[in-house]
Amino acid sequence: MVTENPSSPIPRVYGLMAEFEKPEALLEAAHRAYEQGYRRMDAYSPFPVEGLSEALGMRRTALPLVVLGGGITGALAGYFMQYYATVIDYPINVGGRPLHSWPAYIPITFEMTILFAAFAAVLGMFALNGLPQPYHPVFNVPSFELASRTHFFLAIEASDPLFDLEKTLEFLESLNPNDVSVIEP
Amino acid sequence: MDRQEPDRRIEQIPVLKPGHTFASVTDKISQIVLTRRTSRFWWVGFAISFILLQALMISVLYLFARGVGIWGLNVPVGWAFDITNLVWWIGIGHAGTLISAILLLFRQDWRTSINRFAEAMTLFAVANAALFPLLHLGRPLFAYYIFPYPNTMGLWPQFRSPLVWDAFAIGTYGIVSALFWYMGLIPDLATLRDRARSRIWQIIYGIFAMGWRGSALHWHRYQTAYFLMAAIATPLVISVHSIIGLDFAYSIVPGWHATIFPPYFVAGAVFSGFAMVLTIAIPLRRFYDLEDFITLRHLDNMAKVMLAMGLIVAYGYLMENFMAWYSGDEFEIATYYNRLVGEYGPFYIAMLVFNVLVPQLFWSIRIRRSPLALFIISIIINIGMWLERFMIIVGGLYHDYLPSSWHVFIPTFWDFSTFLGTIGLFFALIFLFIRFLPVISIFEMRELVQEQEAHGD
Repeated sequence: MVTENPSSPIPRVYGLMAEFEKPEALLEAAHRAYEQGYRRMDAYSPFPVEGLSEALGMRRTALPLVVLGGGITGALAGYFMQYYATVIDYPINVGGRPLHSWPAYIPITFEMTILFAAFAAVLGMFALNGLPQPYHPVFNVPSFELASRTHFFLAIEASDPLFDLEKTLEFLESLNPNDVSVIEP
Repeated sequence: MDRQEPDRRIEQIPVLKPGHTFASVTDKISQIVLTRRTSRFWWVGFAISFILLQALMISVLYLFARGVGIWGLNVPVGWAFDITNLVWWIGIGHAGTLISAILLLFRQDWRTSINRFAEAMTLFAVANAALFPLLHLGRPLFAYYIFPYPNTMGLWPQFRSPLVWDAFAIGTYGIVSALFWYMGLIPDLATLRDRARSRIWQIIYGIFAMGWRGSALHWHRYQTAYFLMAAIATPLVISVHSIIGLDFAYSIVPGWHATIFPPYFVAGAVFSGFAMVLTIAIPLRRFYDLEDFITLRHLDNMAKVMLAMGLIVAYGYLMENFMAWYSGDEFEIATYYNRLVGEYGPFYIAMLVFNVLVPQLFWSIRIRRSPLALFIISIIINIGMWLERFMIIVGGLYHDYLPSSWHVFIPTFWDFSTFLGTIGLFFALIFLFIRFLPVISIFEMRELVQEQEAHGD
């Protein structure tokens, strides 16, 4: 059932990929693979499947902290920019009103908080995900274009210590996939 | 959605017509973009918008050559159509953020099929809104003075002024809306990349998809980021229109100096924004055969939101009149009296009819479920909300504290051509968006299919 490409001699492979039709089947397969001890693996789906990243052993993401950091940076930058401008660099005495008029600084401080937090969220997500990444071996699997449409994939990478072409193939076949393919590097 | 007494007739309409699969939703939405044949509806719509856009180009060119004197401005009325249009456009934008962010946080599944084009609408509306303060400047080439940047004059913008807050608020809003929208598009761009037949489009969509491959670990961070963005955008959208409200409330012009302005402006913004979403959604679902995805349930829910917002707006009208009377201030009272019986009286009465009376039709379930009625009412509300801003701005300015300088504002041809021109720009961008990007979030529709299957309905 393995789709092989005769022009490239195995065993130099990136990994093995099993194809499923249902998100539940993929979730089940991910759990089984984790139980088997596989760690260097990834699952691909056309929409976020609840519990899938946890099944693959992902615990939590640092993204919320990145966003918090962005927000705090923005707030401080926004506030002190205004403080510096109106108190230190260019103080204007208007009828003896206090130079450090903090209530008037709030709107811009708030907007800057939002702006920096939003950039942190989007750029942080890209950075943690390693995007943009124009090339990835999984795209070499012909049926992988269905990962953005209808089908669900589980890939076990060759860099996993437990990876063995024969045994891993056998294991993936036991999960009742539609198909198992070799991922060329 | 759990309610005390679910309305059986409506609850029977699902947010997605049953029977769809992952493949069918993907193909149906992506084929609008990937098909070679462009529909006649698109060509006609785009052509009209494009002609109006040319009116904008000419108006702006003439404006830059001659200055703001080409508009009907005079001494007490230093800004009229331009700021009216700014507030109108930015208000329209707010519905997009409300749908994509606030409804996401409240886990309203009916947002799924309308959030994408509502966000696009936000983006294009904000772009139009941002145009007007620029055009209104006597010397638009110095627009950047409003931002703090190191300069040889050693000057800073006035950070205590709502006009500077405005620049920060609208700038932030535009950038955050664009980021949110683009991030939401990435998985769908990957779908288009994989489905496109021509090499050139594979490359273009591929570049913008950034190599998205739907990895579970990526989805995890993606969803975290998406929710955080929604949580960030929610207070942002409220702050933006509040600050616009403060532009007026901070000043001492009669009819502007009211503390109710920020919340009343936010409600008005959502009200007019939903009207514009309906104006776009109804022809869109009709001509692109998207009735399975944008169902009567969506239209019904949007009508309900508009009814609620319309009532808040009506309360705002009531309160600002009451406060003017209660203040005992002659000029305040005269301003409100003048709105009703002055030169612009007919517009004020039209505004009350359009924004207060007409939305009461939404109490009827038959109206809420009739696309044609909703389409007509949505346009009426769009006009009504434009009149509201016009009445606030010009109605306050033209009769200010100095009776000798009272002056009626009469718009010129260029006032109208600039305004209609931005409508052209807006719809030209909307049509381009419809042709080149998926109008409905495909991956979220797949999720909806999955949920529908899981719940067995």
